Amino acid sequence: MKVEKMTMPIYMDYSSTTPVDPRVAEKMIPFITEDFGNPASRSHPYGWTAEKAVEIARKEVAKLVNADPREIVWTSGATESNNLAIKGAGNFYSTKGKHIVTLATEHKAVIDAVREMERLGFTTTFLQPEPDGLVDIEKFKAALRPDTVLASVMMVNNEIGVIQDITALGNICREQNIIFHVDAAQATGKVEIDLEKLPVDLMSFSAHKTYGPKGIGALYVRRKPRIRIEAQMHGGGQERGMRSGTLATHQIVGMGEAFRIAREEMGEENARIKKMQHRLYEGLTEIDETYVNGDLEKRVPHNLNISFNYVEGESLVMAIKGIAVSSGSACTSASLEPSYVLRSLGRSDEMAHSSIRFSIGRFTKEEDIDYTIQLLKEKIGRLRELSPLWEMFQDGVDIDKVEWAAH
Amino acid sequence: MAYSDKVLDHYENPRNVGSFDKNDPNVGTGMVGAPACGDVMKLQIKVSDTGMIEDAKFKTYGCGSAIASSSLVTEWLKGKTLDQASEIKNSAIAEELALPPVKIHCSVLAEDAIKAAVADLKSKKK
Repeated sequence: MKVEKMTMPIYMDYSSTTPVDPRVAEKMIPFITEDFGNPASRSHPYGWTAEKAVEIARKEVAKLVNADPREIVWTSGATESNNLAIKGAGNFYSTKGKHIVTLATEHKAVIDAVREMERLGFTTTFLQPEPDGLVDIEKFKAALRPDTVLASVMMVNNEIGVIQDITALGNICREQNIIFHVDAAQATGKVEIDLEKLPVDLMSFSAHKTYGPKGIGALYVRRKPRIRIEAQMHGGGQERGMRSGTLATHQIVGMGEAFRIAREEMGEENARIKKMQHRLYEGLTEIDETYVNGDLEKRVPHNLNISFNYVEGESLVMAIKGIAVSSGSACTSASLEPSYVLRSLGRSDEMAHSSIRFSIGRFTKEEDIDYTIQLLKEKIGRLRELSPLWEMFQDGVDIDKVEWAAH
Repeated sequence: MAYSDKVLDHYENPRNVGSFDKNDPNVGTGMVGAPACGDVMKLQIKVSDTGMIEDAKFKTYGCGSAIASSSLVTEWLKGKTLDQASEIKNSAIAEELALPPVKIHCSVLAEDAIKAAVADLKSKKK
């Protein structure tokens, strides 16, 4: 196999975004060119056609998560959904209390929205998960206070793919009358979501993580018992006033079709992806000193996050140009900052720096997995030959006991 | 981010990778940086009896620019006296490799590594 001769890298970054499924793209196109009407136009067939398409898509999105279509509010994506849920519900119910509980490992869209609430006078608790990435139910319970108004926990973590026990967490919130928001951007099509059973009040969705287009998402807002939110976007009063703005028909149609495909194919697809994850795991853990980040069982099959000890993350990413992956090391930015998610699990800075997130999906082939394993084995070996830390480890030096001069 | 051709060249074909016996009286070892910061450089110089650097080796844990900076200085060090070696400035390294501002610290680390290796050798010769 010729490792260096690849033109485009193999895509192993499905957790950052997915390609639009060709079936989705095909369905979207007429709504850009011919059926371009504004779904809010009530006086002519252009509007009626668009409105009908929007409502079909709304049903498809609702169906994937077993919700009522009237509980689905279109947004521009999961970031907006998270903002709308946290700011919208937090502010609406602020007379009830001004304390919010969330996890330190949430997506930035949740963390920064919660931080914004601090600015508005709320107090907050950012819970550290256990080393396996999962929040301890008792610790979660203990963090709730009489003035807690909202809790926000993601279903599937974007970096390490672990699945939180949403049922248990939601039940605790129900008992204490606390609004429960769940960021499910990374969960749709990967884990089963049944909102008739799940004790969840608000749930954020994104299309582009599930083979739909970028720029479209949705927020589930429970009707029974009814959850109220303050609009964050004001204007024409679309989406029952919760989110104004002309609906992006083609994007919405794309999300509906993407979610329909997910519902129909996720069973078979996840079994296939699970096999590939296993193959990747088996292959990569043959390399010495590799550590999987996050629980391996309570995890979506699409994700494998591994730290390759004694190898620095950025040079590793540089070495494995043949595959497109994400690194837990953000040292290309001015501030050298390892992944805050991995740090929250108690991983050392250097382990966080040397982590790679492999995320696979619908179009990943078994040969891609084999190529990845071979590439990693070769490059990790080369970089460790270069690494003074590897040399020290081989000589039996405990690197944690060395006094390093921080710079 | 884009790397300069020179960084890529040193990264793909690093010069003088390896180690000398650090207990050799003619070998000076400089180890700088910290794993937590994402960079550790080990630079070793071997001097002749006349005090000339006849060989240099490195091992670096760090980004491509850190690897390139240390690889480059091993080339520059050969044939220099200890005083000449101490005069190598990070700005010269950064300029040669066309390092962007966020990677200047890599060249600083390489300069520090040279100074540490020279200091180690001088302490051995006392």
